[in-house]
Amino acid sequence: MEDAARLLQLVVNGTAAGCIYGLIALGFVLIYKATEMVNFAQGEIMMLGAFVAFSMVATFGLNYWVGALIAIGITAVFGYMLDVVVLRRVIGQPQFAVVMLTLGLAFIFRAAAGFIWGYDPVGFVTPFTNQTVRMGGLVLGADNLSIIVGTVVLCAVLYVFFSHTRLGIAMQASSQNQLAAYYMGIPVRTIFSLIWAISAGVAAGAGILLSPVSMIDVNMGILGIKAFAAAVLGGFGSIPGALVGGVLVGVMEQFAGYYLPPGSQDVASNVVLLVTLILWPQGIFAQSQRKRV
Amino acid sequence: MRTIFKTRYEQDLTLARHGGDVFWYGLLLVVMIVIPFVAGEFYVKELSGLLLFSIAGVGLMLLIGYTGLVSLGHAAFMGIGAYANAALMARGVPFLISLPAAVVITAAAGAAIGIPTLRMSGLYLAIATLAFGGIVENIFSKWDSVTGGFDGLAVKTPEIFGWKIAGTDGVYYLSLIALVLVLWVSANILRSPLGRALVAIRDSEISAQSMGINLSRYKTIAFAISAGITGLAGALWGHYQHHLAPDGFNILFSIQLVTIVFVGGLGSLHGAIFGAIFVASLPQAIAIMRDYLPSKLANLPGLEPSLFGLILVLCILFQPSGIYGWWLRLKTYFINFPLQRKASSRRQKSYAKSERLR
Repeated sequence: MEDAARLLQLVVNGTAAGCIYGLIALGFVLIYKATEMVNFAQGEIMMLGAFVAFSMVATFGLNYWVGALIAIGITAVFGYMLDVVVLRRVIGQPQFAVVMLTLGLAFIFRAAAGFIWGYDPVGFVTPFTNQTVRMGGLVLGADNLSIIVGTVVLCAVLYVFFSHTRLGIAMQASSQNQLAAYYMGIPVRTIFSLIWAISAGVAAGAGILLSPVSMIDVNMGILGIKAFAAAVLGGFGSIPGALVGGVLVGVMEQFAGYYLPPGSQDVASNVVLLVTLILWPQGIFAQSQRKRV
Repeated sequence: MRTIFKTRYEQDLTLARHGGDVFWYGLLLVVMIVIPFVAGEFYVKELSGLLLFSIAGVGLMLLIGYTGLVSLGHAAFMGIGAYANAALMARGVPFLISLPAAVVITAAAGAAIGIPTLRMSGLYLAIATLAFGGIVENIFSKWDSVTGGFDGLAVKTPEIFGWKIAGTDGVYYLSLIALVLVLWVSANILRSPLGRALVAIRDSEISAQSMGINLSRYKTIAFAISAGITGLAGALWGHYQHHLAPDGFNILFSIQLVTIVFVGGLGSLHGAIFGAIFVASLPQAIAIMRDYLPSKLANLPGLEPSLFGLILVLCILFQPSGIYGWWLRLKTYFINFPLQRKASSRRQKSYAKSERLR
């Protein structure tokens, strides 16, 4: 019984961490599907979102829910502007130029956050902090459950948006075939900027969901690298794949930390990433495609 | 404009294109040899760092600039070279054997990571090397018996036939010899069939393959050579630092190395050197700038990485051909002096090359 409870605890913790990875990976995948760019600054955007929420809730004293929504909105606008001002210019340059560009942006964001909010970790009180939920004799942290529930809600909203609204369908169309979408009268460039906005908003949501569990600090963008493992596991082109990949990585990390020698938790995601890429160079859920000459 | 009129076959074989090349590069070499006699110890130490960055930059340039494979984990190779050399020397292996051994070990590590990553395309390769760098960094801090763990590892003074190479001057000359050797080898590789094959792979894998180039073989060779050169830089880096710490070879260091290649100018050995000059002198420039900045900005701990990031971003947005491209433009301007045309330096409009099947 002890073991079963311990196992369940690991699974819940891992799933909660994995949901965060999955949400960041979701941002990667949305942007990659639309523009074939990979945003290495996604983790940093999550960090910015979390800091904005901290300002809203702790500094301005807003209600948690209102503050969270405003923070997501501000970060989404930020993502939109990022595409309009910077990333639109590098379309047509080699892919690794974009990789380096977003890496450069990541360092700028980090320094900017350090300049504005300082380098000490901060946190704010959420409705889920230090609460527990009893479920049939099991005691689970409300913070972890809130992450899982929040992720499910966020994904449901995104699913409805992408499959049932005009704008969402236009986004799907532009991701599948830019030229055809353009001919159909879809303003492809604006749509791409909006996709950046959504992906930044999702990242901010992930940062806010994470805040009851861990402190907000400048280096939390490192999670972005773990999210790569999630995205790669999911095939980098599949939205459900990213979430499943995230949960898998999160759970594996927890088990590695419990059963394997110390230090393995830190490298678990990297090892998973490398092994996946070696075994399935295009990811597990990828459709098989050949490059056109 | 200088027109080279070739009258002998030997002119096709020499590395220097004309007498001017011989003169200027010779002068540069003489100046580099004389510097320790005239400059202070501080400058010699900084220059040694620059030379080591140049060696690593040349190694990475062969991979990114000439083969088109992006590696975000090259600090790991530098670390492997440094630790291999230091650990061998700590076990009593003489420097003249441990240095080549470190290069071979790093090249083998490069081939080992190169083979499984062959099937990956640009983006996946970048992510995979990033993960590799993270894993290796962790191994450095955990493998106590070889790397000394978190305490780090002291590096012995190199000794050649009983002659100790001590002090900053010794490291400086070692680095200079290594850099000249690496540049000579690289320049020769690049005009050999191997180098042509690498450039063909960079420009189009599919057309290279259809011309009969064995992709996996040449990509592995490129990885091994690049890792080997970077390992050489790492081994000397150990002597330069005297002490190795596991967190010295982190992602930030990898990104500094890639910055060398990007800011210097992709696809030229000159670019690697220019980029190294930039990366090695930036911390000094920042130190000088700190005196003139408002105190809150000047004491910002993240100032250096953010400036790296900013310059990388600006360089990719506005000067994708790097410092070397800028230098070439300047040179053409003066060579053609009153007859320069604006159109000759205009950037061509480029369009996204999709990797998807449409």
